[in-house]
Amino acid sequence: MRLVALAAVLATLACAAQDGPARPSPLEGGSEFQGAEIRAMQADAFGNPGMLWVDRGAGLWRSPRGARELSCASCHGADGASMKGVSVRYPSYVASLGGVVDLEQRINACVTGNQGAPALAWESQELLSLSAFVSSRSRGMPIVPDPSRDMDAAYARGRAIYFQRQGQLNLACTNCHDASWGKRLLSEPISQGHPADWPAYRLEWQAMGSLERRLRACYLGVRAEMPPYGSPDLVALEAYLARRATGLVSNAPGVRR
Amino acid sequence: MILGKVQVPASVKAGEPFEVRILVQHPMETGFRRDADGHAIALHILDRISCTLGGKEVFRVELGSGMSANPYVAFFAIAAQSAELAVEWGDDRGDTGRATALVNVVPA
Repeated sequence: MRLVALAAVLATLACAAQDGPARPSPLEGGSEFQGAEIRAMQADAFGNPGMLWVDRGAGLWRSPRGARELSCASCHGADGASMKGVSVRYPSYVASLGGVVDLEQRINACVTGNQGAPALAWESQELLSLSAFVSSRSRGMPIVPDPSRDMDAAYARGRAIYFQRQGQLNLACTNCHDASWGKRLLSEPISQGHPADWPAYRLEWQAMGSLERRLRACYLGVRAEMPPYGSPDLVALEAYLARRATGLVSNAPGVRR
Repeated sequence: MILGKVQVPASVKAGEPFEVRILVQHPMETGFRRDADGHAIALHILDRISCTLGGKEVFRVELGSGMSANPYVAFFAIAAQSAELAVEWGDDRGDTGRATALVNVVPA
């Protein structure tokens, strides 16, 4: 009897490991968990403060940088139309970089490799503005994660982190964002933890922030050690979240409490 | 150069109030905060926004450290004829910025 039960558990585990991510139902992107004013602010193309970063990013897109005096527009076109549909498939496996990178890392690879300029610092105004600009080109498009087999290792690593209890509060991502979404944590509703609207303007920060910053804030929330920006753990977690959010429409730059 | 923008309706009726919306990118540091290393973060405040319509001042505001970052300001104005609306802003470090919009007045 015990053996049968054990076999059943093992079979379930094996299944879970091979299947796609467990997804909340119905899938809700995040602004659904915000108040009416926040949703209105996000939908308002003028009043959304994240649009200031998009505007600044549009300027940076066209300004040359680095030893080769190249701007983003030199290769990708002045209006950034070629970036439509790009942010919704990141993190992605990039063969020339030999690994899985998120959008900020991809932009920085272009800055250092093609423009010959020093890398932009994480959470700097320049990098946030460029990532906000690139993400905004995909506004209204569904998340379509990179289906490449080269993503599998990152996905599996991200999945393991997602279900790993950690920190002084001993909580895994899943304990809040699968088991308790829609409930309240003090005054705040708990979201399903989707990345679709990021990078986003967070009122608590009074600034734009990357998805990595948001993930680090969750690490801080459960009093766990925050992985450094750009660490493989954070990118892997982003890769897992992207597959979990497949089909959700991106409204980047989002607005969050 | 401080980035910001102004929005007015595409057309307004003569003599009827219309909304002017202003959004400026600024950190609005209160001077009371400390960074991760415990060092004080210096005061840095966008302290004035003014607006002219056809060269005549129609709105002015002085902001302080109680205002949130990236200030959003909206007010109503009345125009008799089409004119350029110019908004200027400046902070306590001497940086300034400017944006304009054309107020297109149609007969009421």
